[in-house]
Amino acid sequence: MRRIYLDYAATTPTHPEVVKAMLPYFTDVFGNPSSIYSYGQEAKGAIEEARSKVADLIGAQSEELVFTSGGTEADNFAIKGVAYTNEHKGNHIITTPIEHHAGMETCKSLERRGVRVTYLPVDEHGLVDPDNVRRAITDKTILISVMHANNEMGTIEPIAEIGKIAREARIYFHTDAVQTVGHIPVDVNELGVDLLSMSAHKLYGPKGVGALYVRGGTKLLPFMHGGEQERRRRASTENVPGIVGFGRAIELAKQEMDEEAERLTYLRDQLIKGLLERIDHIRLNGHLTKRLLNNVNVSVDFVEGESMLLNLDLEGICASTGSACSSSSLEPSYVLLALGLSPELAHGSLRFTLGRENTSKDIDYVLEVLPKIVAKLRAMSPLLKSRR
Amino acid sequence: MRDVLSLYSEKVMEHFKNPRNVGEIENPDGIGHVGNPVCGDIMELYIKVKDEVIVDAKFKTFGCGAAIATSSMVTELVKGKTVEGALKISNHAVAEALGGLPPIKMHCSLLAEEALKSAIEDYLTKSKKGKARRHKENAKCKIQ
Repeated sequence: MRRIYLDYAATTPTHPEVVKAMLPYFTDVFGNPSSIYSYGQEAKGAIEEARSKVADLIGAQSEELVFTSGGTEADNFAIKGVAYTNEHKGNHIITTPIEHHAGMETCKSLERRGVRVTYLPVDEHGLVDPDNVRRAITDKTILISVMHANNEMGTIEPIAEIGKIAREARIYFHTDAVQTVGHIPVDVNELGVDLLSMSAHKLYGPKGVGALYVRGGTKLLPFMHGGEQERRRRASTENVPGIVGFGRAIELAKQEMDEEAERLTYLRDQLIKGLLERIDHIRLNGHLTKRLLNNVNVSVDFVEGESMLLNLDLEGICASTGSACSSSSLEPSYVLLALGLSPELAHGSLRFTLGRENTSKDIDYVLEVLPKIVAKLRAMSPLLKSRR
Repeated sequence: MRDVLSLYSEKVMEHFKNPRNVGEIENPDGIGHVGNPVCGDIMELYIKVKDEVIVDAKFKTFGCGAAIATSSMVTELVKGKTVEGALKISNHAVAEALGGLPPIKMHCSLLAEEALKSAIEDYLTKSKKGKARRHKENAKCKIQ
């Protein structure tokens, strides 16, 4: 059976070139980068080379990058770091109800410690209104954290506009750019951010490595205490192969970005158009144009997401859903609910995220298979009857 | 966003792929309607009763793989049972007949049990052979 992977926002396969670049650092160049002999210094050199590649892609200086274990750690580091470092200045954070769990749960943990958090509203497409950011600022506000693009429904937020507001108000501004770095142009100066989270495995790099951009001059308590790695900001012996892989993945992403963007946008639009044409009572979630170029998120009336996913899987297609049928809460995606979707529609959501391996044939296959699945599930849906 | 492959036993997948007794019964003797859209599963169970024996059962379900498979299984289990006997079918019996369910999905089997009880109560009420004891729908999404 053919297998079609359409869940690139969850993770990507590590590019073979990336694996090749990493391999020597498991064996030949295994030295600890903190050691002064040549093995160690060679590893250190490789880290610094990777750092400069990552910094270069986002318009940052090398010394402004801290390597982390991934996007989640970068979000924790940024948000807790600013909150703890600026306790004496204020205790108010502005964020959104559509942040990734990494940002959302970090803010909630701070709330339990007495930090006040404002969750800005988003419109039906998931967009934050910069004016609402301006209005939410108080003299106690120490951080604004708004994700660059949403991992679930793909909406790209007006980060540059919010950045201007943050700068005028002299408030630290963090963005989670895990879904955008390596896929669309990201420049920390154009965006006006002080802190920016990244992850390697979303851009064909290895899992377990990411980075936080920290604008020069930003005061941030260390995230991990111990040795002097990462300019004392994040102790722990560096994940040398991972960091090298991250650097190589960034390099490849930069080379291929324009071409891949055009190709994926075309495929994405082909999929959206096809789904809306072939399935009735279906809606696109997220913004039509201010949208990640590989993201398709739809809600299908009268059917539940997991049962669609299982059927797609039986046909060899990997996708994901905002239905929480296998989570412990059972409540559907808070992101989709924040857009004003009914629980039924949030449970009936499907996300396809495209990537390097996908072709037009894959899209055609989904368009052939999914309408049949929906028809089969609708035939057994009690919701359909009650709406007739 | 979750991957659900290999979450289920072969038997669950078999019932999910080929659910038995999908649909409605015309002029049913009892209807059970349970579940809640917030929690993502709604189940309707129809029964036909003759001489205190359930002679037919059909279902309609909005829900995940486990919800569909347990609906299918419960209709299989009740057919041919007496009303009294059917009342004794527990959610564990449904899950067991499916070769087990992941712990996080056990609430789906409870929904099947509740749908069955609700349909039987509806039958008993209609036939005035029992007291109306309305089953409450799950207002909260809770793992049982």
